[in-house]
Amino acid sequence: MSEAEAALEQVTQVPGVRGSLLISGGDGLVVAERLMDGVDGRAVAALAASLVQRLDRATNRAGMRAPTFVHLRGNSGSVLAAPGRSDLILVAVAAAEANLGLARVQMLDAVGRLA
Amino acid sequence: MRALEPWVAAPLQTFITESSARLILLMTTSGQVVAQHGFSRSVEVMTAAALGAAIVASTEELARVMGASRFAALVHGGNRQSCMLSAFGTPRGRWIGLVVFGSETSVGLVQLFFDQMVGELVTAAPREQPQPSPLPENFERELDTSLKELFGR
Repeated sequence: MSEAEAALEQVTQVPGVRGSLLISGGDGLVVAERLMDGVDGRAVAALAASLVQRLDRATNRAGMRAPTFVHLRGNSGSVLAAPGRSDLILVAVAAAEANLGLARVQMLDAVGRLA
Repeated sequence: MRALEPWVAAPLQTFITESSARLILLMTTSGQVVAQHGFSRSVEVMTAAALGAAIVASTEELARVMGASRFAALVHGGNRQSCMLSAFGTPRGRWIGLVVFGSETSVGLVQLFFDQMVGELVTAAPREQPQPSPLPENFERELDTSLKELFGR
């Protein structure tokens, strides 16, 4: 199993996580994905990359360091993003009942292992 | 943004707003311009349309030689701006989209919203027979007329 596949496996094992993706931050393209049916990986990748880039710019302008974790909460679930090295971002799509604390820990651990 | 046919305007405007693309050209596979955004001179449109149509024709032939189906899109990534060329089917025939975008957006966003625009164009297109390809003797006159309409002069 590749590093990317291992990272996705680690995140999708968290209860309530509907899928995870490794995306290219600059391009907004999917590098690897493990998603349940009904989740549009291409759309999540493009929009999550845009979100992380804009937050990065916003924190930079505010004189703060780039975010290490992003949690976007909606009515029926959340999108979580953990920027890593080499412009890669680990993204998870989680249902409302997901264990978000565990998902955060696993994502930060997984993205830290990626070269 | 200018469009020769009114039903093209709304999907194209949505795409411009959502994708933050800098330049957009919609044309037929023969290089006839359907709509444009961001170009200021007709000669630029003529050149881009001719080159875009030629590139798509080349890549489709390349795909045929390789025994593959058509390439969905061709993306040229640049330092300051990038370019995407993509051909797609509509009830009015096969069209080509040429999109130039910069670092304020990403290829993922451009492709995502481009595909949405294609879906909206297919839905919005009037269900009538596609116009026949222009005859060679009429091509230049029709191109000139299209450019005058697109640039309002």
